[in-house]
Amino acid sequence: MLLGAVPILLLLLLYIVMAASRHAVNPADKILPLPGAMVESMSALLFVPDQLTGQLVFWADTAASLQRLGIGLGISTLTALVVGLALGVLPPVRATFGPLVTGIAVIPPIALLPILFIALGLGETAKIALIVIGIAPVMVRDIAAHVAALPREQIIKALTLGANSWQVMIRVALPQAMPRLLHAMRLALGPAWVFLISAEAIASDVGLGYRIFLVRRYLSMDVILPYVAWIALLAIVMDVALTFLSRRMFPWAHGESH
Amino acid sequence: MSTLLSFRDVWVEYGDRIIIEKLNLDIEEGAFVSIVGPSGAGKSSFLRLILGQEGPSRGVITLDGTALAPECGPDRGVVFQRYSVFPHLTVLRNTVFGLECAKAPVLGRLFGRTRHAAEAEATEMLNAVGLGHSLDLYPAQMSGGMQQRLAIAQALVKRPRVLLLDEPFGALDPGIRADMHALIRRLWREYSLTIVMVTHDIREAFTLGTRVLALDKRRHDPHAPHRYGATVVYDLPMRARPEELSETSDDITIDVIRNN
Repeated sequence: MLLGAVPILLLLLLYIVMAASRHAVNPADKILPLPGAMVESMSALLFVPDQLTGQLVFWADTAASLQRLGIGLGISTLTALVVGLALGVLPPVRATFGPLVTGIAVIPPIALLPILFIALGLGETAKIALIVIGIAPVMVRDIAAHVAALPREQIIKALTLGANSWQVMIRVALPQAMPRLLHAMRLALGPAWVFLISAEAIASDVGLGYRIFLVRRYLSMDVILPYVAWIALLAIVMDVALTFLSRRMFPWAHGESH
Repeated sequence: MSTLLSFRDVWVEYGDRIIIEKLNLDIEEGAFVSIVGPSGAGKSSFLRLILGQEGPSRGVITLDGTALAPECGPDRGVVFQRYSVFPHLTVLRNTVFGLECAKAPVLGRLFGRTRHAAEAEATEMLNAVGLGHSLDLYPAQMSGGMQQRLAIAQALVKRPRVLLLDEPFGALDPGIRADMHALIRRLWREYSLTIVMVTHDIREAFTLGTRVLALDKRRHDPHAPHRYGATVVYDLPMRARPEELSETSDDITIDVIRNN
């Protein structure tokens, strides 16, 4: 834990040294702002209500982005569970819909963004749809592959214990898909952020990605850098929370005694 | 003793490949039948037939006089070499599983009094296989031998008419294997089980079984090896009655039981 902090601290130190050296040459430098300048411009966004909307900009951005991300991730996770289970357990379903899911999964989601904006308008729906289209097919395929790879012996055993197909689904396949689902969510978080920021950068009026791309016009690195750090922090917290949740809820999947 | 399982002129064919040909066999109730034979001689096909994973291409298999449907059912329990316990359930939940499936078709779970009754029944079975102190462990926390004990308890709690063992002790080391032999012999006696065991271990087949069946191809055509299927080539009765087995002899050999 401590050892891992060393390279991060070294990078921070390197940044401060470089920023200080640039400011020594040009006190008005905007490219590498000093921590003081960042604190100053961020405190305005954090604590001073916006003159136009009356909102605290930073928190409004965070809430908007997290809401989009949460809804997108939620819909994708639910889809992955239901469709993934059906694809994995029921061979006829896999034969029918497998190629469709694969087809959607290989389309670069950003290429669909114009279609989404045209079809769904510039509002929240299109942004959430982009996240869902971007991550759901991969999650669906992951869950389907995981469920389909359950040992044949286990299924036969369940059948000889009197289970019907439904019971095999909810008592054997579903519980074993759950830790995998949390894992798939962790892996999907990265792409989900990418699609969120992209959608916000192109058409939005609030959100973390929107703010970064807005202030870019004024070379406001003193806002962009703290925003990026905040996004990184949010992503890390989500990742750690999902890992913790998985270990807590499914100890059998982590080979630990409980 | 009456005939429990009976094969009448059973064939298994995939296209023009013949796996099992003209199999005629009766298995008595209370028998412990060991199946041996070289790889590819239809041992697993034979087991799949009894399990109902597949049906015969020709012929009839009857269990208790009624024809066997080609689907798995609770009257035939099974223990595989591996993967036959559920990794996401504790020992107790693994064993209760079969009882829950029968009584809770929609939720697959029992609650309240019925659950307590099922848990008591499962605990009793786990005590019988020596897992009474490990009720809350997950399979990943147990040794291979303990997992096989669990798999046996899981199957027996459903009181199957016939217990199928597919190389059940093949992955265990020799000491554990001897313990498991003693266990399965005791369970077979106490619960009056009918057991069909496929094994690669000839010694195991002869020490445990009351009857040893060797499956192999009776004829061999070097130009079309797939055109002849396997059948029972040796049918050796080992012991007339299970009671003859002495309680104390954990390390029986052919000499000890005087049947050579």
